[in-house]
Parts: sequence; structure tokens; C-alpha cells
Amino acid sequence: MAKKYHITTTVNGDEYEYLCEAQQTLLDVLRDELQLAGTKEGCATGDCGACTVTVDGTMVCACLVLAVETDGAKVDTIEGMANGNELHPLQRSFLELNGSQCGICTPGILIAARELLKRNPDPTETEIRYWLAGNLCRCTGYDKIIRSVQAAAKEMRGA
Amino acid sequence: MDVRYEAPQTLEAAVALLAGATAPAKILAGGTDVIVQMETDLIEPSLLVDIKKIPELRQITAENGGFRIGAAVPGMELMAHKALNKAWPGVLDGVKLIGSIQVRGRASIGGNLCNGSPAADSVPPLIAAGAIARIIGLKGTREVPVEQIPTGPGKTSLAKDEIIVSFFLPARPPHSGDAYQRFTPRTEMDIAVVGVGVNLTLDNGGTCTAARVALGAVAPTVLLVKECADALIGTKVDNAALEKLAAAASAACRPIDDKRGTKEYRIKIAGVLAKRTALAALEVARKN
Ligand SMILES: Cc1cc2nc3c(=O)[nH]c(=O)nc-3n(C[C@@H](O)[C@@H](O)[C@H](O)COP(=O)(O)OP(=O)(O)OC[C@H]3O[C@@H](n4cnc5c(N)ncnc54)[C@H](O)[C@@H]3O)c2cc1C
Ligand code: FES
Ligand code: FES
Repeated sequence: MAKKYHITTTVNGDEYEYLCEAQQTLLDVLRDELQLAGTKEGCATGDCGACTVTVDGTMVCACLVLAVETDGAKVDTIEGMANGNELHPLQRSFLELNGSQCGICTPGILIAARELLKRNPDPTETEIRYWLAGNLCRCTGYDKIIRSVQAAAKEMRGA
Repeated sequence: MDVRYEAPQTLEAAVALLAGATAPAKILAGGTDVIVQMETDLIEPSLLVDIKKIPELRQITAENGGFRIGAAVPGMELMAHKALNKAWPGVLDGVKLIGSIQVRGRASIGGNLCNGSPAADSVPPLIAAGAIARIIGLKGTREVPVEQIPTGPGKTSLAKDEIIVSFFLPARPPHSGDAYQRFTPRTEMDIAVVGVGVNLTLDNGGTCTAARVALGAVAPTVLLVKECADALIGTKVDNAALEKLAAAASAACRPIDDKRGTKEYRIKIAGVLAKRTALAALEVARKN
């Protein structure tokens, strides 16, 4: 029997306790143990950004974090983005402006875009493109993603 | 695979864990190489020693007019440190090129160096800067210039019980500047075909009095090239000096052919990029 570690992590404000093995990634645990399958796996090697979450406020790839490392940490995933039934402005603008097609990249892009707008409420197109360089999309060609982020940013600025 | 995970709080405890390991052990910093290598079955460690809870590895402090940087400080924290950015823009140029924001949220310069890739982007500027690594092990502490750490692709001169604690970047004389540039087919998220770090100091008249030049991705390890530095020292970094620099950089290359570039291509690019990087470092030095 492989050694199991007892982990306590706050995910989207709720405390979770679970057992995991040392080599299990945060992505594996979110999806397979905690049934939070909103965070997607595109590559499992840090290249695509589909698994983007924040750990203690830092944006990371959940596939490049071991679950054991998050004992006592605060993790935020796409499941915590909407406020109850009310979608986040970014989620709404992605729906309205077709910023999402197959949807695999979308949760990671939404988290990354939210982190950008927290730090920079009025980013230029270039700033958005550089910030999202670690999030790959095979469907949209990126333009609709950029437009969606710009529209949400505008709305959130109250402009 | 049964892996044990430990996150010691002190350097002594971390060294004891590594020294006492009877099966393959691996230091875990940001994990952006280690976890990828585990995921793709390149490595199968039976012990992971997470060093991120050790305070000395996570701090950036002022020391003797320079900086001491914890080996496990993530790239995004280095980029947020204003004084460090101002003093060593070339080192930061290297850090900024490591992966995406998500990757830099975790990736450290200690890991970038110890992973042993000849294309690691923070290594040429650290070597050009004259950075000294502080290493702790069972036998105590030693101070080693960064260029002496990589010994080949994936290999370092560290013993199995040794950890890099921090890097020291010295005080800057007036009119000093550094820069790092890499050549890649894409602007983001790519691996260097060639990378060049240049660090130089001018006197009041604009003559170069000291220089260090390091080349990445053109040999099994990052190279510190004395002939490149000699091409600049004693000159005003004019066209003649830059041509000599380019020739010395091309002559030092011992590259491989791969999908990112042929040998001939890398040798040519190394010269061109050395010139460009020297001009960037010169511009910084003139402003300081
Ligand atoms: C998608 C992606 C893109 C990337 N792009 C780039 C790029 O453009 N340029 C680039 O240079 N790199 C790139 N990298 C690799 C880069 O992220 C790593 O080299 C990183 O800097 C390693 O640091 P880490 O803290 O994650 O180390 P880890 O993965 O934790 O460790 C790396 C190695 O160093 C050892 N180690 C770590 N810290 C120490 C220490 N203090 N003392 C002794 N040994 C130690 C570990 O045991 C391991 O062997 C990329 C990675 C990914 C996933
Ligand atoms: S699944 Fe984590 S970056 Fe692709
Ligand atoms: S919508 Fe399909 S990958 Fe982006």
C-alpha cells in the first residue's frame, strides 16, 4: 500500500479533507477525488493552461502542483467564479461574444483573465495577449477571447 | 510507485533527509521540471524533499550593496522586486522568459540552474552577473560561482546531500549594465535556440573596464566565454569591438543539430545575438 497523506485544503471557500498519494497532482485530486471537474486537463505538462487555478492567490497550473503541497492552502477554481446563479461578467461576455467554443480551454482562460483584471482593470490588447500566453486554445483563434475579456473589463470598470 | 513527501522547515533537516536517503531522492522547488519529469516517467524518485518551507530559500535580502536571492523564490516574486529589477535587468530578462505566468508563479532560478538544461534562460545572465551560489550539505557550506555548477545536460556538480540555498549578486559599480536575449522562433513559450547574457561596466569616458559574456544553448552547458569579454574590455564597444565579440561567440559554440536549429545556424545566430545583447547592456550601463 502506498503511503497516504491527510490533506486539508480550502477550495472556493469550503474546507475539504482528503487522503492522497505524494505523486498525485492538484489537478488529479480536484477532478477525481473532490469531483470538481471544471478544471480541465489538456496536457498535464504545464504547456496548455487549461488547468489554471490559483493557490494562495498565485496563478498556477494545477497539473504542476502536487496535492500534498496544498495542505493548509487556499485554492480557487472555476467552480467558485459565479456568485450563486449569477455569472461573473467574464463568464457572461464569453457566452455572449463566443469566447468559448469546445470549452476545454475556457475555465483556465477565465481564471487567468480574472487574475489579470484584478491587477490591471484596463489592459491593452497586447497586455491581454501576453498575459494569456500560457493558455492555449485550438478553436477560437483567440480574437473572440480577447474581445470577450475587453468587453468584461469595460463592464467591470463601469464604463 | 510509492513516493514519500517531506517538507522540512530547516536547512539542516533537509540535508539530513537527502543524506539519509537510501533510494533515489529529489529536491522539489517549484516542480515545473520535477513534476513534468515524474508525469512523463523520466524520473521515479522515492523521496521528494520540498524545500519551499525553508525561510532562507524564500527570501530576497540586501547584502553588501548587492542582493542575496533565495534559490526557491518563484519568478513572479523576483519580477515584483523593484530594486532587483533596477540593479540587474538582464537577470530579470532571463527570468521573464521562463514559461508562462502560471509557470513563473512556481519556477525558481535554483531549479532552472539545477535542472541542468543548457537552454535554461536565467542561467546565462546569472553567470554574466558573476552570481555566487551558496551551497549547504553535510560537510557544511560552500560558495561556488554559478558557472561551476552545470556539468552537462541534466547534470550538476552538487553532491546528493547538497542544496543551493541562495545566490549572491554583487554591488554594481557606476555605469554598469546587463542584458539577456534569446533567439526563438516564437516570442513566448519556447526554448532558446541561442541565449546570450552580457554584463559590462564602463569608466567615466565610456571605455569598457569589465565584462562577462555567457552563451546558452550552444554547448552541453552554458558557457562563460573569456574571449567574448576580452573583445569588449578596453574598447568603447564600437563596431570593431562588436565584430570581434561576434566572432568570439561563434567560435565558442559547440552546438547540436535539432528541430530548433542546425549547428551552422546556431553558430551564426550566436554572433548576431551577442552583438545585439552587448548593445542592450551598453544602453543600460550608459544610463547608470
Ligand atoms: C510549460 C513550460 C515552459 C517552460 N519554458 C521555459 C523557458 O522558456 N525557459 C526556461 O529556461 N525554462 C522553461 N521551463 C522550465 C522551467 O520552468 C524550469 O527550469 C524551472 O526554472 C525550474 O525551477 P523549479 O523551481 O520549478 O524547479 P524544480 O522542478 O522543483 O526542480 C528542478 C531541478 O532542480 C533541482 N533543484 C531545485 N531547486 C534546487 C536547489 N535549491 N538546490 C539543488 N537542487 C535543486 C531539482 O531536484 C530538480 O532536479 C518551462 C517549463 C514549463 C513547464
Ligand atoms: S493540463 Fe496543466 S497546463 Fe495543460
Ligand atoms: S474553445 Fe476549444 S480549446 Fe479553446
